[in-house]
Amino acid sequence: MSTSSTRTALWQRDWRGLVFPVLFVALWQVAASAGWVNTKLIVSPLAVLQAGWQEITANGFAHALAASLARDLAGFVLGSLAGIAFGTLLGLSRWADRLLGPTFHTVRQISLFAWIPLISIWLGYTDQARVLFIAVAAFYPVVLSTHEGIRSVSKAQFEVARVYGFSRWQRLVRLVLPAASPQILTGLNLALIYAWLATIGAEFLLPSFDAAGVGATVIRGRSAFRVDVIIVGMLVIGLTGYALNRLAQRLENRLLIWRGPAH
Amino acid sequence: MLTQQPLLPLPTAPEPVAVRPARHWRLPRLPAAGRALIALMFPLALLGAWALATRYEWIAPQILPSPTTVLSALTELAQTGDLARNALVSFWRVVWGFGLGAALGLLLGVGFGLSSLLRDYVYPLFRAVAQVPVLGWLPFLILLLGMEEALKVVLVAKAVLVPVAINTDQGIRSVPPQYLEVARVYGFGRWQQLTRVILPAALPGIWNGIRYGLTNAWLALVAVELLASSEGLGFLIVYGRQLFQLDVVLAAVVIIGGVGFVLDKLLSVIEKRLLRWRREAF
Repeated sequence: MSTSSTRTALWQRDWRGLVFPVLFVALWQVAASAGWVNTKLIVSPLAVLQAGWQEITANGFAHALAASLARDLAGFVLGSLAGIAFGTLLGLSRWADRLLGPTFHTVRQISLFAWIPLISIWLGYTDQARVLFIAVAAFYPVVLSTHEGIRSVSKAQFEVARVYGFSRWQRLVRLVLPAASPQILTGLNLALIYAWLATIGAEFLLPSFDAAGVGATVIRGRSAFRVDVIIVGMLVIGLTGYALNRLAQRLENRLLIWRGPAH
Repeated sequence: MLTQQPLLPLPTAPEPVAVRPARHWRLPRLPAAGRALIALMFPLALLGAWALATRYEWIAPQILPSPTTVLSALTELAQTGDLARNALVSFWRVVWGFGLGAALGLLLGVGFGLSSLLRDYVYPLFRAVAQVPVLGWLPFLILLLGMEEALKVVLVAKAVLVPVAINTDQGIRSVPPQYLEVARVYGFGRWQQLTRVILPAALPGIWNGIRYGLTNAWLALVAVELLASSEGLGFLIVYGRQLFQLDVVLAAVVIIGGVGFVLDKLLSVIEKRLLRWRREAF
C-alpha cells in the first residue's frame, strides 16, 4: 500500500492538503513583513527558517537531538521490556492478575507527570531520572496491550500446543508470544509515541544545565524570548515524532508479514 | 514418511498421546468480596512495608515520609480548604478544556468522515498539528496566550481534540455501506442518516476517542499545572516539592490518582449504559 504511493510521480501526488498550510504561511509572512502584528511575538516564517538553519548548522544541535533520541530509546527499551514481562505475567496467571491487576489499574490512573516531582526527589535532576520517567511512560501501554494480546490467544491453539507436548517455556515462546505479537506491537507503537512525549516532558520538567536535548533547547529559547527558536524546536519535535512513527510502522509491517495479506 | 518435515516432531500414532490435563491454575469463581480481598492484599502489603520502612528509618523521611505523615498532610490540606480550592480549579480547567476539545474534535471528525473534500484539504494539516505533542506547543502558547487560564484550557482542548477527531473519523468511515443503503431504501434524509444511522454505528469508535481524550486531558492538565500555574493540583505538587514537603507531594499524587480513578470508573459506567445495545448481540 505504502510502496505504491511512494512510487507515484511527484506531479501525480495529492497536493491539495498543502493548500491551507501554504496559504497560512503566506498570510503569516505578509502579516509579519507588513507590520500588522507585533513582530517580537510573531516572527516571520523567513526569520524562522533563518533561525532554523542557524540552529541546525550550529554545533550543539545535532548533539542535542542525539541526546534526546538516546534518552528516548533507553527509556523506551527499558519500559517496554518491563511492560512485556509484566503484561505476560498478568496474562498467563490468573493469580497474578487478581493480586496485582487492580493495583496496576489504579496506579495507572495517576497522571504520568505527577511522578516527576517524586522522581526528581528520589533521583535528582539526572539523566537516570529522565530515563526512568520515559520508561514509566512506555511501560503502561505495553502492559495493557500484552495482557490483552495474551488473553486473546484461543483455547484451540493452547490445546494444539498441549497435544504437541510443549513445555511451559515452549508454550510461551512458540505459541503465546507469537500469537500475541500483533497486539504487543500495537502497544510498542503507542509506547514509542508516549516515550517521545515523555522525553520532551522530562527535558522541560527535569531541567539541568549540563543536559542537552531538543526540549532543553526550546526551554532556553523561551527564557531568551526567541520565538523563532521555539518554533524551530516545535517543528523538530514534531518531525522527529513523525519519523519515529513511520519507522515503527514500517518495522511493524515487516515483522507481521507472516500474517499474510488476508488482513 | 512425509516429504515435508513438520516443524516439530509429531508424536507417532501408536504411542498413546500423553495429553496432560489442563493445569488447574485457574481460580474458582469467587464472590466479589473475595476478589476485592485478593486485590487489596498487594497494596496492603506495600503499605505495611512502607510503614515499617519509615518506622525503623530504613529510608530517610526526607525521601519517603511515613504513611501517617502523608495522611495528616492530606487531612490538613482538606481542613484548610487548600485541597478543595486547588482541586476545583483543576476540575473546571478539565471541564472547559475537555468540553471545547471534544466538541471541536467531534465536529472535525464528522467532517473528515463525511466530506472527502474537507478531508483532502484539511486532514494533512490536522495530522501535522497533532504530531507535535502537547508539551511541544506549551512554550509557544505561553508566549501567545500568557500564563492565564486560556493557556490551560487551550492545551487541554488540544489534548482532547486529536484523539476524538481521529476516532470519530475512523468510526464513521468503518460504518458498513449496507447500513446506508438500507437507510436510503427507507428514504432517510441526510440529517436522519447522520443521527439515526451513522452516529449510532460509529458510537463505539467515538466513545473510544472520548475515553482517550479524557485520559489525555488529565495528563495534559497536570503537565501544564506543573510548568505554568499558581493554582491547581499540579501546582500543589510543585509547591510541596519546592518546600521539600514530600508529604504534601505524595498527598497530591494520591488525590490526582484518585480523581483519575473516579473518572475512569465513571466513564466505564456510562459506557455500559451507552453501548448496552451492542453488548446484547454477544
